[in-house]
Amino acid sequence: MTTTIIWTIVILAALGLVLSIILFFVAKKFKVEEDPRIDEVEKVMPGANCGGCGFAGCRAFADAAVKAPNLDNNFCPVGGNDVMKKVAAILGYEMKEKAPMVAVVRCNGTCENRPRTNIYDGVKSCKVKAALYSGDTGCAYGCVGCGDCVAACQFGAISMDPATGLPVVDENKCTACGACSKACPKHVIEIRNKGPRSMRMYVSCINKDKGPVAKKACAAACIGCGICAKTCTHDAITIQDNVAYIDFGKCKLCRECEAMCPTGAIHGINFPKPLDKDAVKARIAERKRKAKEAEEAAKAAAAAAPAPVAETKTKEEA
Amino acid sequence: MSKRTFSIGGIHPHDNKIARGCAIEVLPLPQTVYISMAQHLGAPAKPVVAVGDQVKAGQVIAEPGGFISAFVHSSVSGTVKSIAPRQDIAGNWMTHVEIAVEGDEWVEGVDLSDTLVTEIPEDRNAILEKIKACGIVGLGGATFPAHVKLNPAPGSKAECLILNGAECEPFLTSDYRIMLEKTKEIIIGAAIMQKVLGGCHTVIGIEENKPEAIEAMQKALAELKYPNIEVMSLMKRYPQGGEKQLIDAVMHRQVKSGGLPISVGAVVQNVATSLAVYEAVQKNKPLVTNTMTITGDCLPVEKQHNYLFRIGMPLSYIAEYAGGVPEKAAKLISGGPMMGKAIANLDACTVKGSSSILYLSEETTKRKEETSCIRCGRCADACPMGLEPHLLRRLVNAGDVEGLEANSVQDCIECGCCLYSCPAYIPLLDIIRPAKGQVMGIIRNRAAAAKAAAEAAKAPQK
Repeated sequence: MTTTIIWTIVILAALGLVLSIILFFVAKKFKVEEDPRIDEVEKVMPGANCGGCGFAGCRAFADAAVKAPNLDNNFCPVGGNDVMKKVAAILGYEMKEKAPMVAVVRCNGTCENRPRTNIYDGVKSCKVKAALYSGDTGCAYGCVGCGDCVAACQFGAISMDPATGLPVVDENKCTACGACSKACPKHVIEIRNKGPRSMRMYVSCINKDKGPVAKKACAAACIGCGICAKTCTHDAITIQDNVAYIDFGKCKLCRECEAMCPTGAIHGINFPKPLDKDAVKARIAERKRKAKEAEEAAKAAAAAAPAPVAETKTKEEA
Repeated sequence: MSKRTFSIGGIHPHDNKIARGCAIEVLPLPQTVYISMAQHLGAPAKPVVAVGDQVKAGQVIAEPGGFISAFVHSSVSGTVKSIAPRQDIAGNWMTHVEIAVEGDEWVEGVDLSDTLVTEIPEDRNAILEKIKACGIVGLGGATFPAHVKLNPAPGSKAECLILNGAECEPFLTSDYRIMLEKTKEIIIGAAIMQKVLGGCHTVIGIEENKPEAIEAMQKALAELKYPNIEVMSLMKRYPQGGEKQLIDAVMHRQVKSGGLPISVGAVVQNVATSLAVYEAVQKNKPLVTNTMTITGDCLPVEKQHNYLFRIGMPLSYIAEYAGGVPEKAAKLISGGPMMGKAIANLDACTVKGSSSILYLSEETTKRKEETSCIRCGRCADACPMGLEPHLLRRLVNAGDVEGLEANSVQDCIECGCCLYSCPAYIPLLDIIRPAKGQVMGIIRNRAAAAKAAAEAAKAPQK
């Protein structure tokens, strides 16, 4: 009995020794030379493996960043500029700072604004609901409210507001990885610039229907009237398919469009003071009056002296 | 008489054909009709009338917008009031032509009499042309343009024309009623399609729960004496009326994944399509009418109807005429309870393929609380396409698109057998349906890319 046990132990020990020696040499022989910087880069990454950068995870990003000739196409939205600075230092690359971004829900179809026209009792998934029909309100474009974005967010930054039935983004937690935007079958969520001190303007509607139809479905819909585009002095607003869009790069946060919007579809958030609509409207009216006066004066001047007409024309063209 | 059925899957829901005894009534004309430009599978039609035009019933108001598309005709006579987007039953916006009804004048050449025309035209191409010009689409549910299906690609030969009189969806009785009331017309329509397909064998498949229809068909067949047409009694089983299931039941042949029925030599058309073909070819009447059932479990029998409607009639008008929406109705469905779509918008209008307004009570439609999958495999047993719905659901949750394709999610016919049979009340079909759409899109894109690559490879050689 004891001999059997002893033999077993001896054989197993010998076998283990021989195999470990073989494994040692095999490992030496076939060792994969990996750039040590990949490990270093991975260490400074946030480690969320969210895929917001476009790669499968943080390691895949680190690998790609090390292999790429510069950092132009690789950016970790979660870590932001801080992490990218560290990555740039490790790799010795130059780093271009990117403005911080945030997820913005472009729908204001709350229960009051957007009356329900039918009751949905199917699977609680936006993807399923959107595939079945236009939704339980008259608006075929807005949020369908089943919370696919909430499930997609790995950072716990989105929650559904039971009062409005719309998702709410927690700006402090949002990393702008874009998972919610991809999960939304209606493309309601946009990744936008966070703005200076988080102040930003956006059109909280993507309804492409013509004005009366959009208005009938939702009191807060963008009706594509174009007043905002006409008001904007920075040429930041364009109207396409009956929806206004504010180009963040051009927007100067003057809030004039917000004051003028007839349906309240334009939102300005995180401003220190609430918007004094009347004051802004008065300011716009005053500017318009002055412009009109100037135009009339110019006309009068042109009528008085017909020679410099060509000059005015070139000015207009310019 | 042999009783046949398809080989795998299937369920046995209660047939609830409450409205079977109600003869078809003709609905009076409303004041306005709204005719949709998307009444068929494929590209929407393009309107060819302008606002203010006077149109007659049967006049072409829209042309096909592509190869797989169909003509749309005015169902009434009157003035075109507008051509604007309007919501369909699912709430999606689609261009509709609004026509204010004035009188009931038809275009010249349409024979509205009941006289039976038994003489079948000789010229095959002329018949096909007429079927196309009259805007005939498959009325079994998918509304696939009939002229495309009846003209198989060169190289493939139709061996059997199957007329689908299964009507396996519970509640619906419109096909049953036309089989009783328009028996001979349907048989002549079948003979016409048989001619177009080169004189192949023709089978009219009817489920055994409609013995009167089987009898009427047999009697009419004996009287009309067209060669090579037979009636086949099928076992009652859902989804017998599915194209691939019916081919399996009648011919014992299985269409392989991604294949068309013609690949096994079959062409399937609904009995209602056959009636429409008869009216088009023999009577010059375009497809502007169809039969629909007003039924439901919360509707008393005396309020149930089978109506002959004209396309473009608002559903709300029909519901009002039939006595209003019953108070106990919790859900309104267009189509059968298994595959029909919930009506999100009662202002939507009838289209060529409309088959019912179904009022279901809360007890019938309420979703039961979902519990965990116990891997009993009932869904896999019930699936008539041999899929494994429980596995597909897991793959959907994992977001594994390649796995979904490998497990043939694209073969799903959306019959709902899996959902019906699940003891855990998991809404399997609802979960699988969007994934099917996604995979179909990927397959289509790949095919398009392959085609483009083949063309690019060909180009330098020239």
